[in-house]
This record gives sequence, structure tokens and C-alpha cells, in this order.
Amino acid sequence: KKKGGWFQNTSLEITLALMATLQSDIISTVEFNHSGELLATGDKGGRVVIFQQEQENKIQSHSRGEYNVYSTFQSHEPEFDYLKSLEIEEKINKIRWLPQKNAAQFLLSTNDKTIKLWKISERDKRPEGYNLKEEDGRYRDPTTVTTLRVPVFRPMDLMVEASPRRIFANAHTYHINSISINSDYETYLSADDLRINLWHLEITDRSFNIVDIKPANMEELTEVITAAEFHPNSCNTFVYSSSKGTIRLCDMRASALCDRHSKLFEEPEDPSNRSFFSEIISSISDVKFSHSGRYMMTRDYLSVKIWDLNMENRPVETYQVHEYLRSKLCSLYENDCIFDKFECCWNGSDSVVMTGSYNNFFRMFDRNTKRDITLEASRENNKPRTVLKPRKVCASGKRKKDEISVDSLDFNKKILHTAWHPKENIIAVATTNNLYIFQDKVN
Amino acid sequence: MSQKQEEENPAEETGEEKQDTQEKEGILPERAEEAKLKAKYPSLGQKPGGSDFLMKRLQKGQKYFDSGDYNMAKAKMKNKQLPSAGPDKNLVTGDHIPTPQDLPQRKSSLVTSKLAGPGFHQFGSWVQT
Repeated sequence: KKKGGWFQNTSLEITLALMATLQSDIISTVEFNHSGELLATGDKGGRVVIFQQEQENKIQSHSRGEYNVYSTFQSHEPEFDYLKSLEIEEKINKIRWLPQKNAAQFLLSTNDKTIKLWKISERDKRPEGYNLKEEDGRYRDPTTVTTLRVPVFRPMDLMVEASPRRIFANAHTYHINSISINSDYETYLSADDLRINLWHLEITDRSFNIVDIKPANMEELTEVITAAEFHPNSCNTFVYSSSKGTIRLCDMRASALCDRHSKLFEEPEDPSNRSFFSEIISSISDVKFSHSGRYMMTRDYLSVKIWDLNMENRPVETYQVHEYLRSKLCSLYENDCIFDKFECCWNGSDSVVMTGSYNNFFRMFDRNTKRDITLEASRENNKPRTVLKPRKVCASGKRKKDEISVDSLDFNKKILHTAWHPKENIIAVATTNNLYIFQDKVN
Repeated sequence: MSQKQEEENPAEETGEEKQDTQEKEGILPERAEEAKLKAKYPSLGQKPGGSDFLMKRLQKGQKYFDSGDYNMAKAKMKNKQLPSAGPDKNLVTGDHIPTPQDLPQRKSSLVTSKLAGPGFHQFGSWVQT
């Protein structure tokens, strides 16, 4: 079994292992838990579906466990704000797992306005043999009760129950785009377009505002917060990205209100290169720390950038996701695609990064070998357990066989959400209505 | 500008292969796209990242018709005309009261869950080793 990345071979072997959810509502978020055993998806209808990896099959030891549905529940319902005559969408924007500390699993899920802490627990036994009740719950005639009977727990079919344990509401005027659990496992942050709040997981009736970029006069508004995340190891550090392509790192020890950043990460732009689209395509749609905590990755419209936290003036690595779109910006602006918010993710060893694109393509970049690959998530082009064929987009000139020209890309088929198992080479990729789970061939 | 074009034309044609000088080769296609856009929409403002654009982003929710507000405003205005929606219907201003004509169709809030339905659990069964 090969360690390291998928890029060691010249022929990249990435096998389609399982395809889940034939038809679902539009998937809006995908997240593995800390062990990778569970995979949660959130959708536009406010539902959360959790998949669980089967324990490795001893007989068929050449394949890892499949993911099967573990639990499904309605996390958020549509609401109506009567004061402002605004509909609050039930769409799940983000799910974040808490590390497991007992038999139950906990996750945070959020829509635009409300964050909820859900407990997912298993029940595999039930008490039987009550003294005063029949099995169906009816009370026994007391005159027939002649002996004392103590109920015992007997096994039953596994039931997975999800219950909301905390509801964190009414703290955001604008739309929540991120939640991030602190490494202290006691607090978490939630970020909307203009503010970031700090919560304690046990306390729902108040939160602390730690970032507020709302100008006194809204007409002076020039940028919004697009994503925020806590550092994986330093519980005092978090970052937030902006629509202008900057990332600010803040230290909560410095002051209660972190309006002044400790570090500002921004790549200088040649002013002669500036166009109408420059600011729009520089808007950062996602920011993710590496597992090591030494780097962070940002995704803007056309590229993925890796930043060293010790260097603010430019990224250390830049990967072009779909540079051929630069000559299509006019039509992408007209059909609103230029505002699509792509996410990005690291593999467990921080050696490979992945992000989505159009036409159900997704891209991976190996940071060590500097090799990259384009793959497609679609049922028509993939048979189960077959090796995925690399794709290539032809930007201009003569199109080679098997290449796809930029003009035939389907911009409605976008992969915005991807996730990588924290330990293994298993990835989850969400197209609009389908979830794909891929894993590498184990030899 | 024309001098730049001369220098960068040969590079632009093989742009798909280059990784290193992306920014330089990107000028021409991006500017050409900008020109296209300006030709289509001459009234487009100079600052796309300005407050109008961001305000639109902040006001994501749909605005609904409030008959109370509407009738109060009508009564106040009397002879004057109610301010109309204007080109940007989603932008909320202090004076604008949505009229019945302005409203987009409300989407149905209850989406039936195919995911949670009975047909769902069949996935995965065809993947056998």
C-alpha cells in the first residue's frame, strides 16, 4: 500500500468507490468528522444527512469500508422575519464536527441566521419487562400484579437519533458564512458579512462580538467578510478573509474587539493590470488552515493560494484552477458565475490540495511534485470501481482528442464543495445534486 | 497600450501552457472582456466593488409586499407618485416600498425531500467487491 500522495505514479490511480444519493436537494456543505468515520452533508432544504464508513471487511481486506447512510434529520426550517419582511432560507451553509468525547457525536450546523448544536446518538438496547406496564405501554390491571418484575435491557435494532441540544440564535444581522470550532473545544466563532461573534458551546443567550467591520455610514462600505476560521492549535488565533482578497489574522489576547489585525496577508497587485473584474475575482471564497497550522490556503475565483503565516506580503504557492476562464469573464459576469463561491481543502498530510471547478470537474495540486490533475464527477463518464481518467480543457487553438473546449463547459455543473478524509485518501465531492465518494486503489 | 499588445500577442496564444507569467498574459484577455462588458452595459459604474454591489450582496433575502406600509405610503403621498422600484429591484432604500408589481414570485418553502424518502437507502448496494 502506497503512502504519500496520489501523485507518486505517472498514471494517477483514483478509483471511484461509491456513489451516494442518487437525487438530493442541492448540496450546500460537506464535512468529514475528525476520525473520518462520518461524513455529513447539508442541503438547500435544511436537511443534514450523515454517512458512516463501514468497519473494514476482514474478508475483503483489499477495500476500505463503504459509506452508508447513518442518520438523516431536518436541521433548519424556513423562517420569516416579520420585522424586515425577509425570508430566512433553511439552506445549511456550514457543518462543523466537534471532536468526539463520549459515545455520542456532536456537530454544529448553521443557516443564514441560526446555529444549532446537534447530538447524534445510538440506541441499540431498550428496557423490557416493566412491572406495571405491558410491552405496548398500556398499564396492567393492578390486581393482576402479584410479583415484582424489574425491567432488563435487551438488544434492539440500531436506532440513530439526532436531537438539537443548543440553539444559538439572534446574533447575526447579516448572513452567516462560516462557523469554526476553537481548539479549546469550548468556544466557536460564527462570521457573517460584517461581523464575527465568539460563542461558548454551553451558552446560547449571549455571544461576544470580536470583529465588526460595519462602517458608520453604510455608503462607505467597501468590503465584506467572506470566510473565517480558528487556528487548529492556537486557541487565541483566527483569520478572516475579505471580498477584496485580503486575509487578516487576529489574536484575541491583544484586545477584546479584534478590529485591528495582527497580520494582514495581501498579494500586491500591479495597478496596470487592474480591470473591472480585478476586485471581483480576487474575492476570497474560502480560507482553510493546514493541519499543521503553519500554512493557510485561500481560494479566489481563478486560483488557490498557499500562504505561510510568517509571510504576509505574498503567498508561497499559487495554483491556477481554471485560468482559461480569464477570457470569459464578461459572460461569467452576466450569468453570475463570477460570484460562485468555491471551497478548497487539504489532504491529511497537507501535501495535496483540492478544489472544484465547472463541468463537474475538480482539481488537485500536489505541493511537493507540483503536478496537478483534473478529474470529473459524473455518472455518465465513470463506472464504479474504475480508475478515473484525467481530463483536460483546451483553452485555445486545436483541440486534441479527449480534450474539452472552454466553450463546451457546462457552467451549471459546478463543484463548490469538496472534502478530504483526515487520514486516508478518500474524498467527497458534491455536484449540484449528487455526492460522490472516491478512494484510491489499495493494492 | 498598442506596444504592450505587440509584446504579449505571441505569449497569449500559448497561454494555456504557461504557469509562471500568468499575471502578464492575463492583462489582455481580462481587458478585452472588460471592453466587451462596457460595450454591452455603458452605464456600468467604474467601481464594481463599491457599496451598491456589496449592499446587494447583504440584502439577500426577498422583500415582501406589506399592505400596511403600502397603503400608509400611498396615503402620505396622495398626489405624488410612489417611488418605483427602479433598475435594481433588490436594493433596499429608505423610501422604496415594494409594490405588488415589483415582487418576484415566492418560492415554495417546503421542498419534498427525495433524500430522506423511501427510495434513498438503496444506494451503495451495487458496489460489491
